[in-house]
Amino acid sequence: METASALRTEIITLNMGPQHPSTHGVLRVLLELQGEVVTKATPVLGYLHRGIEKLAEHKTYHQFITLTDRLDYTSPFINNLAYALTVEKLLDLEVPLRAQYIRVMLSELTRIQSHLIWLGTHALDIGAMSPLLYCFREREETLDIFEMVGGARMNQSYFRIGGVAADLPDGFTEKVKAFCDVLPSRIEGYERLLTENKIWLSRTKGVGVISAEEGIALGLSGPCLRACGVKWDLRKANPYSSYDHFDFEIPTGSQGDSYDRYLVRLEEMRQSNRIVKQALEKLPPGPVNAVSPKVVPPPKEKVQENIESLIIHFHLMTEGFNVPKGEAYCSVESSKGELGFYIVSDGSSKPYRVKIRTPSFVNMESFSSMAQGRMMADIVTIIGSIDICLGEVDR
Amino acid sequence: MARMAELVERIKETFPQAIEETVVYKDEYAIRVKRSYLLEVSQFLKQDPACGFDFLSDLCGVDYLGREPRFEVVYHLYSMKHKHRLRMKASPSENDLSIPSVVSVWKTANWHERECYDLLGIIFSNHPDLRRILTPEGFKGYPLRKDFPLRGK
Repeated sequence: METASALRTEIITLNMGPQHPSTHGVLRVLLELQGEVVTKATPVLGYLHRGIEKLAEHKTYHQFITLTDRLDYTSPFINNLAYALTVEKLLDLEVPLRAQYIRVMLSELTRIQSHLIWLGTHALDIGAMSPLLYCFREREETLDIFEMVGGARMNQSYFRIGGVAADLPDGFTEKVKAFCDVLPSRIEGYERLLTENKIWLSRTKGVGVISAEEGIALGLSGPCLRACGVKWDLRKANPYSSYDHFDFEIPTGSQGDSYDRYLVRLEEMRQSNRIVKQALEKLPPGPVNAVSPKVVPPPKEKVQENIESLIIHFHLMTEGFNVPKGEAYCSVESSKGELGFYIVSDGSSKPYRVKIRTPSFVNMESFSSMAQGRMMADIVTIIGSIDICLGEVDR
Repeated sequence: MARMAELVERIKETFPQAIEETVVYKDEYAIRVKRSYLLEVSQFLKQDPACGFDFLSDLCGVDYLGREPRFEVVYHLYSMKHKHRLRMKASPSENDLSIPSVVSVWKTANWHERECYDLLGIIFSNHPDLRRILTPEGFKGYPLRKDFPLRGK
């Protein structure tokens, strides 16, 4: 009889994706396996590369807003915001307080929505089906809210350079308030399903561990870095769009594993809910667009009433506005981490160069070190716990 | 922001021959570093306690077609401790478009540099694994160059 030591063993290479339900899009991972243990995991990217940065150089500043939605399509408003802030910085535009609050409110609702999608799909990957159904129930409610302001369920492109497309519609505050009131109890519901669930614990605790030092060296940001115990959130560290007017906490973890990332994101939803509530209460009256006739088009009613406004509107929509020569980098805390736009302007109506620092792309870089030495089944957990959006990874 | 001005002064004093230019625009501080000193300056920016740039937010290339030097590599640095930012720029050499890789300083530069090589054709010398990352294997050309057409030929 053959003894165990005499058995021939070899490392096999397994191709996971790009068509695989647990890779959250078209991610491909090359796995080198010794039995069931992963000795090396190499992500292969680019299956969703649409050349958004190249397209940006051929669109006016206004036209490009719609493409930013399509980066991380689970948090469109935050993408709009990062882009708008950068262009506004180059233009020296002062955005009215009401617009800033509306932007904050929608960004936080987007964060909640993005975390809901993450939680539902992540739990489904690991084998728990019910959280998906509950999370998507709440997500529907957020989509209804987004539809009210942007007219679409996804990719709303509601933010504009200098403000937002239009003031909040009637019935908006009541709807948001109702959602905010019910959300905490719903989050408790998810917690009852998962937080102390034995299977959930054994599938996520100690899986995909990364240290704070390693995370910072690899450019990790967002909830993934906070789960390592680094209390860094751009909303607090370098506040933008009046985030310093609101009272909220930054949750952190300590182990840097998938379970801590889960806890951090759950708490973030509660904190975002707090911010939305405060923004609703404090929402000041006033205009929702900056006063800058050369950038902000006249209101629709005026366009229909007088010829001068029609001409200005036509001019702004066809030729766009010129942005002074220069360059700027602005970053915001997206649902996944630091989302930054670096824009170089040559003084024309189209950007000379747009570089988008997307958190999913950079966070994915940590994947290999998280996956090394883990079991094959953990790969699914790790990909899910990083929370990537392939639209953002490949751009 | 006064602190940043002091900091940039200090960097200039430490490397008088390496810093070619310093710019302040919209409260953003930028330095231009000579290519041959890039690694040395990067090490200093990361390790010096007053600078503390331990986080490389972003790295990208820009093609200024028709200008000399044509390409520019832009590094966006951030300090977790001081919460300040600095933009560092360097230009690859004219003949072989090469520039030292900073992977040894900031690990995250690995993918950023691969992307920059993939889309602009800048060669990062001493990079551990300089392969294309976003475009498919066997792709010809560098799409983000200004002389690369938006639509197919």
